[in-house]
Amino acid sequence: MYKIMKKQELAANIYLMDVEAKRVAKSCQPGQFVIVRMDADGERIPLTICDYNRETGAVTIVFQTVGAATKMMADLKVGDYFHDFVGPLGCASEFVKEDLESLKQKKMLFVAGGVGAAPVYPQVKWLHEHGIQADVIVGSKTKDLLILEKEMEAVAGNLYVTTDDGSYGRSGMVTQVIKDLIAEGKKYDVCVAIGPMIMMKFVCLLTKEYELPTIVSLNPIMVDGTGMCGACRVTVGGKVKFACVDGPEFDGHAVNFDEAMRRQSLYKTQEGKAILALEEGDTHHGGCGNC
Amino acid sequence: MDVLKKVPVREQDAKERATNFAEVCLGYNKEEAMEEATRCINCKNAQCIKGCPVAINIPGFIEQVKNGDMEKAYQVISESSALPAVCGRVCPQESQCEGKCIKGIKGEPISIGKLERFVADWARENGIKPEGAKEKKGKKVAVIGSGPAGLTCAGDLAKMGYDVTIFEALHEAGGVLVYGIPEFRLPKEEVVAKEIENVKSLGVKIETNVVIGKSTTIDELMDEEGFDAVFIGSGAGLPKFMGIPGENANGVFSANEYLTRSNLMKAFDEKSNTPIMRGKKVAVVGGGNVAMDAARTALRLGAEVHIVYRRSEEELPARVEEVHHAKEEGIIFDLLTNPTEILSDEKGWVTGMTCIRMELGEPDDSGRRRPVEIPGSAFTMDVDTVIMALGTSPNPLISSTTDGLETNKWKCIVADEANGKTTKEGVYAGGDAVTGAATVILAMGAGKAAAKGIDEYLSGR
Ligand SMILES: Cc1cc2nc3c(=O)[nH]c(=O)nc-3n(C[C@H](O)[C@H](O)[C@H](O)COP(=O)(O)OP(=O)(O)OC[C@H]3O[C@@H](n4cnc5c(N)ncnc54)[C@H](O)[C@@H]3O)c2cc1C
Ligand SMILES: Cc1cc2nc3c(=O)[nH]c(=O)nc-3n(C[C@H](O)[C@H](O)[C@H](O)COP(=O)(O)OP(=O)(O)OC[C@H]3O[C@@H](n4cnc5c(N)ncnc54)[C@H](O)[C@@H]3O)c2cc1C
Ligand code: SF4
Ligand code: SF4
Ligand code: FES
Repeated sequence: MYKIMKKQELAANIYLMDVEAKRVAKSCQPGQFVIVRMDADGERIPLTICDYNRETGAVTIVFQTVGAATKMMADLKVGDYFHDFVGPLGCASEFVKEDLESLKQKKMLFVAGGVGAAPVYPQVKWLHEHGIQADVIVGSKTKDLLILEKEMEAVAGNLYVTTDDGSYGRSGMVTQVIKDLIAEGKKYDVCVAIGPMIMMKFVCLLTKEYELPTIVSLNPIMVDGTGMCGACRVTVGGKVKFACVDGPEFDGHAVNFDEAMRRQSLYKTQEGKAILALEEGDTHHGGCGNC
Repeated sequence: MDVLKKVPVREQDAKERATNFAEVCLGYNKEEAMEEATRCINCKNAQCIKGCPVAINIPGFIEQVKNGDMEKAYQVISESSALPAVCGRVCPQESQCEGKCIKGIKGEPISIGKLERFVADWARENGIKPEGAKEKKGKKVAVIGSGPAGLTCAGDLAKMGYDVTIFEALHEAGGVLVYGIPEFRLPKEEVVAKEIENVKSLGVKIETNVVIGKSTTIDELMDEEGFDAVFIGSGAGLPKFMGIPGENANGVFSANEYLTRSNLMKAFDEKSNTPIMRGKKVAVVGGGNVAMDAARTALRLGAEVHIVYRRSEEELPARVEEVHHAKEEGIIFDLLTNPTEILSDEKGWVTGMTCIRMELGEPDDSGRRRPVEIPGSAFTMDVDTVIMALGTSPNPLISSTTDGLETNKWKCIVADEANGKTTKEGVYAGGDAVTGAATVILAMGAGKAAAKGIDEYLSGR
């Protein structure tokens, strides 16, 4: 059993929780994820690790209510327990293993859409702690849905906030901000984009034009998260990969996003669809320019 | 009674069971078991024992059944096997113990599996438990994986007095016994959970949700957590796909995913939160136990189901009983047929599968006749779901994070068959992780051998 040490509603239907999970907190790295189960017959839900504290054994998750399971999860209180909390799963972000000196020569741009700010945060924080200032674009549909702004500000080099409806920060999709920054003469060596599939797809289409290498974090449907079921398979550079063990981060320019999005919709029942339509409306904060 | 024939075992009617997940085979009652036992002639040089990978004293336990002393019968079995209720149900007896039984020459062999199952079920129902250790050794052993190999190794070590902790990646212990083999063949609550309780009652601790290689490593377990030895029983869980076009279409699953959703996550139950695709017409590619289990699960979820296998019936690797049950239930066998492409509509959902007919040519390395394509025989099956049951291989998570642990070209961990010793000091391995996908009883046997090996290693120090 894994105790909830802290709970916070970051925005409508977006929650942050600190969960006591010593083994995970001890060994996790930016880019990795966990799978949680609320109760003895709960669904296995993959969530990216948003932060961790090796001393207290706390792991921070941020989730958005999407379907039945995440809705029930939102009702958990401080002092309640998750039945299961397994991880860290997946590979750490590539830069964690890179030589620090050569990493310092690189100019990195992070692009976060909606809840994507949660997985982006530990990466920017890690870089900050290692003396590297990265630029960060955070996009959300509207001001009320913006999350982790203060936290991000504390660790980012430059932070550019944008809202689709112009209610806060810049106005427009994250792709527009990328265009603006590059037009202003900014140069980047690597871009990391995390958010809804559709946002990542359009960021990648754009950065391809700029020949800016881009890493994305994929969130396909998963079951075990250890390479056992193949539910999470995605096509990258024409090869089939299991996102849970080979990823979740991949070269965005090689990802077959259309297939990945199609596969993500596999279990969208009519009801699920309705819930998603209702709420993904809210998270379609960013960047695709098409919807 | 016809002494040449087995006492028939009661089963759920084929039509009825095709619509539920309750156990197919109902097993013997005491009278039937005692009657079947009288057929055994208690051979001096019993061949059946040679066919059993853990060498259960078969005539010995059957003798006790004959006398009606089920407790003694259970003790005899327990000397060699930790999971008799499981093995009695899922061992391929026809190629093991029963395959060697002398009575099988002129008639039907003794129904050893069914007798073993009866004795184990009887012991469980009567609250008989294996005995724990009298004395503690004061040494800690970590066991990775809670499948038959891990459970057996842990149980044996605990009986010897070691302090054993099992680390399991999933949220529930049991390995393939809980996520792979379906309820209708191996009841989870009544049988598997009880066998695991038995292991726990010996003092074994089970820590679920720990992925060795991710949550922690073997080196950390030994250097930081004070484990004196480690047993790896992590199985062979990685699914294979064919690599044909269209395999990522919506509606193509690995058997592992399909079975895990149904068994571990209980998706067969409408009340479960876990979704599962309830296809109308399902093709299951493969011919082993895994294929039969996936097919019979799909059938129970309401589909018309085809087994698509590239060789002929004779080569089907599944247990004979499963093939027989599958046919009775109405599974259609498309043998000598090989898929070449999966077709899908504009939204990416499976609409069909192109196949080609095969014929058997010269024998290949495995000694089985190699299937070769018949030119011009391509045709399309219209199906909406395809389940790939092509076999599995060991997960590299552990081998890739453990220095000094050698693997072979199939990613199997290299270990001594006699004692489970690997190339890394203090680390032992067995089961599917070493042999590749095999059987429950072989995994158990390997777990036993390794427990002995570990005991020798730790007491030699
Ligand atoms: C590696 C990884 C990391 C993730 N990190 C986060 C995170 O940090 N924060 C967060 O809010 N979400 C994250 N997700 C997505 C999250 O797991 C899903 O939103 C969640 O599983 C939905 O569960 P549910 O039971 O509430 O909804 P369900 O009722 O199961 O599903 C609602 C709808 O969402 C669809 N769905 C199911 N699983 C997924 C999925 N994995 N991705 C997208 N749609 C899905 C279903 O088809 C269904 O129609 C991550 C997913 C992955 C694979
Ligand atoms: C669908 C199906 C049907 C079958 N039917 C039969 C049958 O009828 N008769 C028969 O004899 N055999 C059958 N088999 C084969 C048999 O189940 C296996 O040979 C046997 O279970 C192998 O046992 P094991 O202990 O080596 O591994 P497994 O049972 O695979 O257990 C391995 C365990 O280790 C865990 N694990 C893996 N990696 C890690 C890690 N890194 N950290 C922590 N834990 C980890 C896994 O989650 C799993 O629980 C079947 C197999 C399947 C899949
Ligand atoms: S364990 Fe398996 S092979 Fe051995 S006697 Fe029992 S059923 Fe036969
Ligand atoms: S070979 Fe057959 S008849 Fe002989 S002891 Fe074994 S089970 Fe009995
Ligand atoms: S989630 Fe099962 S293999 Fe990736």
